[in-house]
Amino acid sequence: MTPWIVKNLWLIPALPALAAGVSALLPRRQRTLSAGLAIGSVGISLLLALCAFANALGQPVEAKQYFNFAWFEFAAGDAGVLKLGWVLDPLTAVMLVMVTFVGLLIFIYSVGYMAHDENFTRFFTFLSLFAGAMLGVVIANSLLLLFICWELVGLTSYLLIGFWYHKPSAAAAAKKAFITTRIGDVALLLGMVWLYSETGTLLFYDNGGGCLEQNALAALVTRATSLGMTVSTAIALLIFTGAVGKSGQVPLHVWLPDAMEGPTPVSALIHAATMVAAGVFLVARTFPIFGSTVESLVADGAAPVSGALQVVTWIGAITAVFAASIAVAQNDIKRILAYSTVSQLGYMMMGLGVGGVAVGMFHLITHAFFKALLFMGAGSVIHGCHEEQDIRRMGGLRKYMPVTFATYAIGMLALAGFPLFFSGFWSKDEILHAAHGWPASHIPFYLGMIGAFLTAFYMTRQVAAVFFGSYRGGTHHGEKARESEAHGGHAPHESPAVMTWPLIVLAVCAIGLSVIGTPWWPWFQEFLGKHHEAGEGGGVVGLMLFSSVIVFLGLGVGWWLYGRRPWQRADEPDALEVARGDIFSLLRNKYYIDEIYELTVIRFNAWWARVCDLLDRWLWGGVVQLVSYAVVGLSWVNRMFDEYVVNLGFDQGCKRLTLGGKMFSRLQSGQAQTYLRIIGAGLVVLVILLIRGSRGG
Amino acid sequence: MNELPIITILTLLPLAGGVIALALGRNNRAWARHAAIGFGGLALVIAVGMWLGYDAASGELGFEERHAWVPSLNIEYRVAADGLGVLMLVLTALVTLMAIVASGDFWKRVEDTAAAGSGYGSPLYYALILFLQAGLFGTFTALNFFHWFIFWELSLVPAFFLIRLWGGFQRSEAATQFFVYTMVGSIALLLSFLALFLSTGEFDFTRLAELGRKGELIPALAAKLGWFDLTTQQLGALIFCGALLGFAVKVPLLPFHTWLPATYTEAPTPVTMLLTGVMSKMGVYGFVRILLPIFGGVMHWQTVRTILLGLAAATVVFSACAAFAQKDLKRILAYSSINHLGYCLLAVFAVATYQADVQAPAVEKASALNGVLLQMFNHGLTAATLFWFVGLIEKRSGGLRGLEDFGGLRKIAPVFCGLMGIAWFSSLGLPGLNGFVGEFLIFRGAFALAPWAAAFSVLGLLVTAIFILTILQRVFNGPLNEKWSAWPDLTVRERVFAAIPIALMFVLGVYPQLVLGVVNETVVGMVERMGF
Repeated sequence: MTPWIVKNLWLIPALPALAAGVSALLPRRQRTLSAGLAIGSVGISLLLALCAFANALGQPVEAKQYFNFAWFEFAAGDAGVLKLGWVLDPLTAVMLVMVTFVGLLIFIYSVGYMAHDENFTRFFTFLSLFAGAMLGVVIANSLLLLFICWELVGLTSYLLIGFWYHKPSAAAAAKKAFITTRIGDVALLLGMVWLYSETGTLLFYDNGGGCLEQNALAALVTRATSLGMTVSTAIALLIFTGAVGKSGQVPLHVWLPDAMEGPTPVSALIHAATMVAAGVFLVARTFPIFGSTVESLVADGAAPVSGALQVVTWIGAITAVFAASIAVAQNDIKRILAYSTVSQLGYMMMGLGVGGVAVGMFHLITHAFFKALLFMGAGSVIHGCHEEQDIRRMGGLRKYMPVTFATYAIGMLALAGFPLFFSGFWSKDEILHAAHGWPASHIPFYLGMIGAFLTAFYMTRQVAAVFFGSYRGGTHHGEKARESEAHGGHAPHESPAVMTWPLIVLAVCAIGLSVIGTPWWPWFQEFLGKHHEAGEGGGVVGLMLFSSVIVFLGLGVGWWLYGRRPWQRADEPDALEVARGDIFSLLRNKYYIDEIYELTVIRFNAWWARVCDLLDRWLWGGVVQLVSYAVVGLSWVNRMFDEYVVNLGFDQGCKRLTLGGKMFSRLQSGQAQTYLRIIGAGLVVLVILLIRGSRGG
Repeated sequence: MNELPIITILTLLPLAGGVIALALGRNNRAWARHAAIGFGGLALVIAVGMWLGYDAASGELGFEERHAWVPSLNIEYRVAADGLGVLMLVLTALVTLMAIVASGDFWKRVEDTAAAGSGYGSPLYYALILFLQAGLFGTFTALNFFHWFIFWELSLVPAFFLIRLWGGFQRSEAATQFFVYTMVGSIALLLSFLALFLSTGEFDFTRLAELGRKGELIPALAAKLGWFDLTTQQLGALIFCGALLGFAVKVPLLPFHTWLPATYTEAPTPVTMLLTGVMSKMGVYGFVRILLPIFGGVMHWQTVRTILLGLAAATVVFSACAAFAQKDLKRILAYSSINHLGYCLLAVFAVATYQADVQAPAVEKASALNGVLLQMFNHGLTAATLFWFVGLIEKRSGGLRGLEDFGGLRKIAPVFCGLMGIAWFSSLGLPGLNGFVGEFLIFRGAFALAPWAAAFSVLGLLVTAIFILTILQRVFNGPLNEKWSAWPDLTVRERVFAAIPIALMFVLGVYPQLVLGVVNETVVGMVERMGF
């Protein structure tokens, strides 16, 4: 007997999707109605998600409740029925609550943030569609259903990044985001069809017959590909490529910072808390494919780390440091956070690689709350500073925007991993702890430590520049400042309550979530199953002290460089720039990755397209033309031969020759009947040849 | 079998409609148009009726009519439709009706100014479209090569005149190229079938397929045509190549596609809708109905199959890249059409493999073929809609359709851009819209049967996304091009027109069983019969 909530789990994504459908048909002026529909539907989804969560709590660990149904038939028999379904397990339950809760807060916040936008209605349409698709990703019990929702999430991301489509930069960023993630998606599609043909199903759990269950996994890990790796590794890597695209991991990270062209609530919801984490979620969901090895499944021995997980760990660790270092030299408040998101997603991937689902997912959940808080805080700052995004033209906002400051500071400390009181500390520490005990290599652990230092450092720099010192926006004579003066605002102002209340709620969560995942009460980890026991209690404390020192070091250096003597003027050079200009400019320019891609991949693509076009015009077209001329000419010669030599006398032949010459000269006149006549003649000749040939043989 | 010769009626109906439109003449333009719409609508009703009436659970040929015609040559009039046939009939009827209705909008380039002014167009034009439809109906139902080939060729003639008389500035060259090119393919096809006839005495597709399945076809050829000392294999390959050429040109398969961009670009918009929506499907239909069953024995030879798979994968990727290099929306769509049908060919060639090769290939084969059928229908629907939208752009801008001529249209024409955007995303293969399921099934089947070709072909999906998003970026997004500040959004009539195919895109995207339920058993039967 399936519980009610499992059977009707589909309602959770369906309600926002339905709201989007209705809202899409509303006229533009129905602002309240569309916002109400969106918020109402997500609110009900939140309640349902809480029901689901309660249900999952009551289940034993590792329990999977699912509901499958047939979508269509594409071949004979049972194997030819494509089934979809949804699943309720702790992973789903946790994600459902997080997405609906953060989503609801951001929806409410958007009412304030987008209040003056003429396309308010459309904004909520897209947001609801996003919520529906994202919740679909979360509940899917089939890789295909997950992929479908995954693509729809990508679509809404595209639409929302390009929400201010009249800005060329936004239009370009939207396209870049879609295409970059599409690279990953194509690999994911391949992985999916491969998995399908190997296991005969795309359902994750299906009473022993799903692709994540013992039978299928055992088949996957024992079969080898022609490339020397096992099928499970190859498929896992293809799936991971999809996750790399979506979660902005190196080398497909380039789209995420550009995605900040979208409205800030979008950045908070899609490009910080939920969608970009979908890649991490995908790896967590399909973790059995990643983690299984012959030893762990069949031989039942001490299992080495699987090849796929090594790749996940390394990519994650590299991304974590790489993106954090770029964030150090950025000046756009949202871009700093964007690189920070990339870096934190790297931590999550690393956590999955070294510690398993629970470790990665814990950071995903805590990060979702404090990063959404930071983005919404940044939105509040941008709003209060009259659409200014450059941290050099802010400063001293602590006095003007106290609520924003207080909540932002909490988010910042959580992100930096300030010890004991903030959730980020515990989740990050969990990852570092697991990395420390990782048998394959110690380098990811050190990379993680460097990343932790850089995170504390750049967040201190940002907070010092934005909230401390004196306000530098009014004195600047740039174009933007003039614009803001034209708008009538001089001093920054605190945002309305509809925007600050969500901040306060999230700030409470950023602190409160600490309690569910400490090493002394690892409730979260146990809930998600398979708590990773890598070290002893003493080791835990020692590591904690070590990472705390690293964090304090980062905070201290940051404060020493930027907090002690804040920027006085907006055009003052950066403290780091003064110290090491070369490194700073390398970081400022994001290691020139965009430029490198521009010069290589994009140029190659354009060049290749040109080649294809030219081949088309000249080679294929030319060859075909030549062939056609040759055929026409040959058949003409044949006919001349037959009629002139065999059938006709000399005089008539001459006449024909003249005629034929004329015909030849008219060949290019483009007259179809001429061609036809000639082809007809050729046809006759060929038929004769054919019959003769057959007799001859 | 069936008392009512429904297929013959369906085929004759547009012919009668065409004659009536012609008879109404130039003095009754409005009536000619109404008659065309009426006959097109009636054909759609009958086709949908057949769709509903077809016994999908059996998957066998239904509505069969069989009459001796030239007994001495073993020629009979034999028509029937199975799931594939019914699907094609509905698609033909749907797209033709769309084209006829849309024709009222596109009279810019008609030289006959009186016709242009009246807004109804020439009766001859409608008559030709209806004749074309009759040819298509015949092609999709005939089961004897003799009259199948007549229909196949007959559909070409009206298309030629439609392009030649009502096309763009380069219409003359385009029409000729189209005609001659297709003609060459057809002749090769004809020769091959004549060779088959000479050696087996059969014109009937079903019986030829039976011979092919038993492996008797090629030996029979060799026995009868000891031709220029060719070995049996070489002879089989040669005859196969002839037949292949006929279909390869029509679809088209690289490198026999060069006629297509010019033709699609120069043809008047409604005719392009027909060309891409249905006529290109004649080729794919031929591959599935004729080539695969009859020549399956040749197609699975390692060399032949490798070459064909290579060509199909190249078709997919090259055409997508070539589309990216174009600046003209119609040309982009033309290349995109090649790309989309390339997936069908990839699947068809992947299916031509030994039963013993893979463990359980029946599911993969059925998946690929079902994908092909779905893709045919979906592409017909989506491409026709997109060409219609481009036609509207052209009409509103007075003939411009360059990628760089516009910009920011979303601002003033949100409905237009929204609906066309949906069609673009359908073409891109976005899940939830119709294009995705077909492509998924094709790759699901093709990857298992021909992994490398399929893996290479997914690049086509990526490049398709690139050029479609580039179009959206340049035409719809960005700052508004001031030249078009008075751009009208879709009128109510146009909205109603667009709503139907777009609603279908959603329906088929969410509920593909609608099509698959009708074709699945047919495909399963085909796969079972492919005993080579």
